Amino acid sequence: MPLYLEIIVCVLLLIGGIFLLVGSYGLARLPDIYMRLHSPTKASTLGITGVLLASMILQSYLQDFVSIKELLITLFLLITAPVAANMIAKTAIHHGIKPLEKTRGKSLIEKMRHRNNPPE
Amino acid sequence: MRFFPMPFHSMMLFVVWLLLNNSISAGQIVLAAFFAITIPWLVKDMRDEHPKIRRPFLAIRYVLMVMKDIVVANVEVALLIIGPIKKLQPGFVAIPINLSSDLGITILASTVSLTPGTVSAEISKDKTWLYIHSLHLDDEQALIAEIKTRYEAPIKEIFGC
Repeated sequence: MPLYLEIIVCVLLLIGGIFLLVGSYGLARLPDIYMRLHSPTKASTLGITGVLLASMILQSYLQDFVSIKELLITLFLLITAPVAANMIAKTAIHHGIKPLEKTRGKSLIEKMRHRNNPPE
Repeated sequence: MRFFPMPFHSMMLFVVWLLLNNSISAGQIVLAAFFAITIPWLVKDMRDEHPKIRRPFLAIRYVLMVMKDIVVANVEVALLIIGPIKKLQPGFVAIPINLSSDLGITILASTVSLTPGTVSAEISKDKTWLYIHSLHLDDEQALIAEIKTRYEAPIKEIFGC
């Protein structure tokens, strides 16, 4: 395997790994459920993409065959991650989980629970 | 069109199945054809009418822009997570939306969740307000304006609704 390919794969794996680590760290570190939602939906999509791109390059080289399924996995991830985050946020709101004290716009939560329009 | 109620989806299923298996052996082609025919036939009655894409080039530009924004947002959120947590100012915001199709609203909500430090949380019953949660809210009006001009306007133009 040529050196330049190894370097590209290593860099992609490192970038992916760092973002996944930061995403998991955020999940443990952020104070309330609504803030925690941000780290798995964002920090980890780029992380997974990095790892999958590395896998795609390596597999394409080893098999002498362009491997595209990793791109499909990334696409599916991009479609499903926001839906999952939305469902978790909805569940939290409808269970009346309190956000952090300093959160702005807390009065909107009651409106959200009943899916009403906000007061103007 | 009795055997292919959704020809485009049939083709997609066929191609995606072969790509996922990375093979074009006879067995996989038979399986792919089987799925491409039976799955659309099973789900054809569950479909809702969706608006057609009116501006394909704008749609491609939108996808590329969102991809770029995803990378930027990933880095931004990663920095916010590593940085001092006490300084974060989370907040809920209501955004007035003006899209008439469910597909457009879904795409807008998904884009909002993937990109600028925000997660879409709920939508009002009459589908005119999108509630989002922001990890770090500096300026509410600026955020609303950005989402409306950067994401909502192109979606509106793409679907012509």
